[in-house]
Amino acid sequence: MSYLEFLGQYGDRILSGTLVTIVLTVLAAVLAVAIAVAAGLMRLSRNALIRGVATVYIEIFRGTSLLVQLYWIFFVLPLFGITLEKFTAGFVAVGMNLGAYGAELVRGAILSVPKGQWEAALALNMSPAKRMYRVILPQAVLIMLPPWGNLLIELLKGTALVSLIAVADLMFQVKQINGTTFLSAQSFGTALIIYYVLARFLLTPFMRWLERFMQRKLGRA
Amino acid sequence: MNAQDLSAFPMALQGDNVPMVSFKNVTKSYGSLVVLDALDLDVAEGEMVTIIGPSGSGKTTVLRMLMTLETINEGVIYVDGEPLTHMPNGNGLVPANRSHLRKMRSKIGMCFQHFNLFPHMTALENCMEGPVHVLGLSKKEARERSEELLALVGMAEKRDQHPSRLSGGQQQRVAIARAMAMRPKVMLFDEVTSALDPEVIGEVTNVIRKLVAEHNLTMLMVTHQMGFAKDISDRVCFFYGGRIEEQGTPDELFGNPRRERTQQFLSAVKEAV
Ligand SMILES: Nc1ncnc2c1ncn2[C@@H]1O[C@H](COP(=O)(O)OP(=O)(O)OP(=O)(O)O)[C@@H](O)[C@H]1O
Ligand SMILES: [Mg+2]
Repeated sequence: MSYLEFLGQYGDRILSGTLVTIVLTVLAAVLAVAIAVAAGLMRLSRNALIRGVATVYIEIFRGTSLLVQLYWIFFVLPLFGITLEKFTAGFVAVGMNLGAYGAELVRGAILSVPKGQWEAALALNMSPAKRMYRVILPQAVLIMLPPWGNLLIELLKGTALVSLIAVADLMFQVKQINGTTFLSAQSFGTALIIYYVLARFLLTPFMRWLERFMQRKLGRA
Repeated sequence: MNAQDLSAFPMALQGDNVPMVSFKNVTKSYGSLVVLDALDLDVAEGEMVTIIGPSGSGKTTVLRMLMTLETINEGVIYVDGEPLTHMPNGNGLVPANRSHLRKMRSKIGMCFQHFNLFPHMTALENCMEGPVHVLGLSKKEARERSEELLALVGMAEKRDQHPSRLSGGQQQRVAIARAMAMRPKVMLFDEVTSALDPEVIGEVTNVIRKLVAEHNLTMLMVTHQMGFAKDISDRVCFFYGGRIEEQGTPDELFGNPRRERTQQFLSAVKEAV
């Protein structure tokens, strides 16, 4: 079977798997950003308990394997009465894991905004919350966008693990195709190329665009 | 921090001629390094007081404590008769809560050596930020107020520029307008010309001269420009080792310094020029 015939026969399944991977990536990314901002801010709280909760969260999710976390969320949580549908479990696990890494990016970016900005905001008598979201966060966003680009590529690649709980993503589809055809080079080769294209020609240009957009919005361009 | 005995300090300053700013026995230290040593300093309403002195003598610390950017170890600071970082409770003073601090801070504005404009906002937005988001003015009112002040500092034409497009002198003038937009009673200037190229220092000092002439502001200024200090101040304080070594009118202090350390400092500064 030529590669073209292979694509003709299995293209539909590969395409549907790719779409699932894209949707998973988007949902996990949204969750990761939300968790990262929340946990990153909590890490900077003056309250030791709030700080502690965030630290424990980040330690657990960065210190253990994403696959184990995925299995916990899908297989173990039901024992405690929390049952998630496999697709949901998939993006929740990836989002929570990458959110823990993102929290450190958020925290680092906030800390790298010059101290003078905090002081000027305080001298204007701004409340702590306003200082954060009117003055510091907009500047921190610009600082953390480039590392977020890398993190989101990690996130995209991480979604491949959800195939192990039978979510029909790209990886799951090519494994199935390989299982019935034994055309490993074609199956996994195609997956390799698609993941690369998604990362290199969708995600990276999107982040570049976002950086330029924010720079213009914040008057840096 | 040890709880200090505050019973010796009045809950408020009363009577005629209450100073706008009053440091009473204020001590500030970092670990074993004493930066301000039992400082007493009064500034009358409408007075322009300049602080000079060698590096590390505590000049910036005086302004930062007034802006509540540094905590106080001992003593009490009064602004407009009321304790700044303390508040009356029963018949004594206790550390101030947030709302007291916010009330007191609204009386004070500060300009920094490195301007600290918000880079993501235009000149006009920098000036409107406080009036809109702290004072609760409408956008229209805040804009009018800000445009007036930008005109006063000669920056009306650049109002839609971001700080990255402005020179140091221009940024500092916007920073002065931003602080003034909050209508403070006390303005603090910490070496506002030190980061500027010599040829633009004049545009900032001229703005400060204008403020002195046109507004009844109380001002505390730290500067290394002795000439400027001499013709603008009502009083000059020479700091040394966290204390006021000598103070007086500009004529007294520059023309006839009595203390040896003042004489040494002034002649060293003269040589450097
Ligand atoms: N956060 C801090 N931690 C430790 N020491 C500090 C801190 N801030 C200031 N100091 C010390 O306090 C002393 C007084 O500092 P301050 O900034 O008030 O000096 P200054 O008179 O403004 O000097 P300069 O002319 O160099 O600006 C210095 O010895 C400085 O090193
Ligand atoms: Mg200083």
